[in-house]
Amino acid sequence: MTVTELVSYEDALASYDPVMGLEVHVELGTRTKMFCGCSTALGAEPNTQTCPVCLGLPGSLPVVNATAVESTIRIGLALNCEIAEWCRFARKNYFYPDMPKNFQISQYDEPIAFNGYLDVQLEDGEVFRVEIERAHMEEDTGKSTHIGGATGRIHGASHSLLDYNRAGIPLVEIVTKPIVGAGERAPEVARAYVAELRELIRALGVSEARMEMGQMRCDVNLSLRPHGTETFGTRSETKNVNSLRSVERATRFEIQRHAAVLDAGGKIVQETRHFHEDTGSTTSGRVKEEAEDYRYFPEPDLVPVAPSREWVEKLRAELPELPRVRRNRLREQWGISQHEMQSVLNAGAIDLIVATIDAGAPADQARKWWMGELARRANEQGTELSALPITPAQVARVCALVAEGSLNDKLARQTIEGVLAGEGEPDEVVEKRGLKVVSDTGALSKAVDEAIAANEAIAEKIRGGKVQAAGALVGAVMKATRGQADAARVRELILEKLGVQG
Amino acid sequence: MPGITREEVAHLARLARLELKDEELDHFAGQLDDIIGAVARVSDVADEDVPPTSHPLPLTNVMRPDEVRPSLTPEQALSGAPAQEQQRFKVPQILGEE
Repeated sequence: MTVTELVSYEDALASYDPVMGLEVHVELGTRTKMFCGCSTALGAEPNTQTCPVCLGLPGSLPVVNATAVESTIRIGLALNCEIAEWCRFARKNYFYPDMPKNFQISQYDEPIAFNGYLDVQLEDGEVFRVEIERAHMEEDTGKSTHIGGATGRIHGASHSLLDYNRAGIPLVEIVTKPIVGAGERAPEVARAYVAELRELIRALGVSEARMEMGQMRCDVNLSLRPHGTETFGTRSETKNVNSLRSVERATRFEIQRHAAVLDAGGKIVQETRHFHEDTGSTTSGRVKEEAEDYRYFPEPDLVPVAPSREWVEKLRAELPELPRVRRNRLREQWGISQHEMQSVLNAGAIDLIVATIDAGAPADQARKWWMGELARRANEQGTELSALPITPAQVARVCALVAEGSLNDKLARQTIEGVLAGEGEPDEVVEKRGLKVVSDTGALSKAVDEAIAANEAIAEKIRGGKVQAAGALVGAVMKATRGQADAARVRELILEKLGVQG
Repeated sequence: MPGITREEVAHLARLARLELKDEELDHFAGQLDDIIGAVARVSDVADEDVPPTSHPLPLTNVMRPDEVRPSLTPEQALSGAPAQEQQRFKVPQILGEE
């Protein structure tokens, strides 16, 4: 293995113009597989969700999943694609044990959706249009476990074990046209594109698109060309880059690696590369010597798919508001900056905040709790915000209790803590923990008297007209009541008792 | 013009993981060329108005609803496997020593 000294990112960009191509695979969230009725539920015991069709047994015949076709058309429409009036499936022939048939049913020169675009918004608000070549239907492969190698990798393994539960799960592959003109922002554009695509897929409800679960996977193709030239350089294909951060890092690394090779007078080898999360680098996979000789031919066991125009137009009319449009609308409604909205998006908090507002909370309060206390807790526990055991309705109830004066900020935090700990609804937590703000004069009066007695010097100042000194006494009362006193009421009482006007 | 060359047959054999001896290559190249030649005669009768056909039936949009059907048991699924381990299909080493 040759180790290439990387060129600095700035130097690479000074000499070369990066060209990217992104291929994203999305597992559809259908109940059944693409061509048979086997369940797609996650977490099943190995080989419990297979049948003669997905095992490729002789005599079995595939039948297309109508919902998968519909989902793919909806993805195509949301990506501003044309939808084929007539298209076929094709066999992609290859020998690898992850597909028991020895071919994958895919689409070749007749994708169901083609020629679209997706506008992505970068952190500073700039909109970059990524053109879409095609979106086509295919099926996922089985899961291999490699035995005998030191690290569970295929290299050095003595044999491998196959679980075909995943084989045949519907996949949509979305391929961009070459992305040119991104320049130094190429890694950022790559990340923003995959992020926007993920939002889109989720908004359509066709997949959860969780990258950490392999439900969405990205291949990054990259080449460099010297500034001022038109022809594309030779590309590398970095496979299965499985987080947004990795998409950005892999792109950046490949730019630096390509520049180093080219600067040294070398040639880029067209090859598959693997990205390593730990080092942020890529290493060579297999070289494509026999340039993809998959011998595609029309799948004889499946008849063509010819979506009627009525169906396509009905699906188009039913598309939800696109995520970017929705984000901009919410951003204006909430009166926050582009940057703040980006943080909300990154935290996965948009839908939670919207639901909290829908449950009656003011926008700023809803945002404050999800982006503050709750984001902090999710971060501590290393979970997603949406995975916290608290609902938007519960957060809205806490906001309401604060608004009516029953809770102050500190008590509200304790209430949320109780809800997260499984102590029940916010009102139950307040009740059980005795968290209500004390504004009852009788209960506070004694604490105020004690505070005055213990701080005679301060009390004297206040009597003398130095009203702002009351803060110290309020603090003393709050401390004595463990934060449960109604601070405004305490201040009134202090001034009243000392005979001064507030 | 031959329908298929000896080199193409050798290439296809490699893609299909078939090990063919030299005389077999000669033999099959000749046979396949004859077959392709025979099939190619279809093009002589098919005029411009006959589009290439991949399916003999005038059917489109044969689809099924997205409803779960019973799968095989793992025992049934694995019953034809030459080898198994941990309820999975066991296959020989995928990558050779390099």
